[in-house]
Amino acid sequence: MEKIPILRMGRFLLVTIQVDLYDRLAENLESDLVHMVRKTGARGVLIDISAVSIIDSFMGRILGNIAMMTKVLDAETVVVGMQPAVAITLIELGLPLKGVHSALNVERGMELLRSKIALQDGESQDDDIYHSIE
Amino acid sequence: MSILKEQDVVPFRNRVKEYAVKTGMGIVNQTKLITAASELVRNMLLYAKGGIALIEVVSRGRENGIRLTFADKGPGIADIKLALKDGYSSGKSLGLGLPGAKRLVSEFDIQSQVGKGTTVTIIKWKNG
Ligand SMILES: Nc1ncnc2c1ncn2[C@@H]1O[C@H](COP(=O)(O)OP(=O)(O)O)[C@@H](O)[C@H]1O
Ligand SMILES: [Mg+2]
Repeated sequence: MEKIPILRMGRFLLVTIQVDLYDRLAENLESDLVHMVRKTGARGVLIDISAVSIIDSFMGRILGNIAMMTKVLDAETVVVGMQPAVAITLIELGLPLKGVHSALNVERGMELLRSKIALQDGESQDDDIYHSIE
Repeated sequence: MSILKEQDVVPFRNRVKEYAVKTGMGIVNQTKLITAASELVRNMLLYAKGGIALIEVVSRGRENGIRLTFADKGPGIADIKLALKDGYSSGKSLGLGLPGAKRLVSEFDIQSQVGKGTTVTIIKWKNG
């Protein structure tokens, strides 16, 4: 069965969605990510959706679930690279991506995650995480 | 095009996109149309175990658009007004499919008879 690869980059997990997902694939991604966060103790999840041309309420719910569940495991989720047409459509659809942060691109997303983690950890972390790409 | 399983959804969306591109529809309207189509096709699969989806190019005066028809022989909807309310779902999903799809398109029509089935027709005008 097809799977969406999850990359580990230091304390973050990075997922790049390259195809429009059908439902089973999206549901698998949700459970795989939750398992990975638990296993690795990752503090952040970056989901690159720049290649995704459609987000309907099903896909939106999956993204919301991922954010909610990773939050419980003490990790933040950032969605990066949402196409403007997708963003406009989501608003009209009426879908609030609750708990999902968003950023323009992967770099900005990483910055956002780092600042969120630093805030939570009381600024005690230095930024070595961000060089350690495994 | 008949829609019987979830793997039919993405190819169907791609077909809608081809037609929309052919009429010269811009990317925002295309995205709105395809998102609405995705919601309706999903409903057909979920609540009626599939159905038929039809894609047509239509015109009114100088305006071109795409008409999509989704017809199923499922259980039908007893209270259409309720089904069209934001957040109403008979299952555990978000209840945004019908009302959201309605907002995303230019014209929206739903006919349903309990025990007979449901037909939803939408039109998105190129500049609508
Ligand atoms: N094709 C259909 N056949 C039967 N019932 C349907 C159909 N489409 C929608 N419904 C009913 O209308 C409700 C609202 O649909 P929708 O707005 O898409 O929300 P959701 O799918 O999240 O429940 C559904 O929960 C279902 O009960
Ligand atoms: Mg629905």
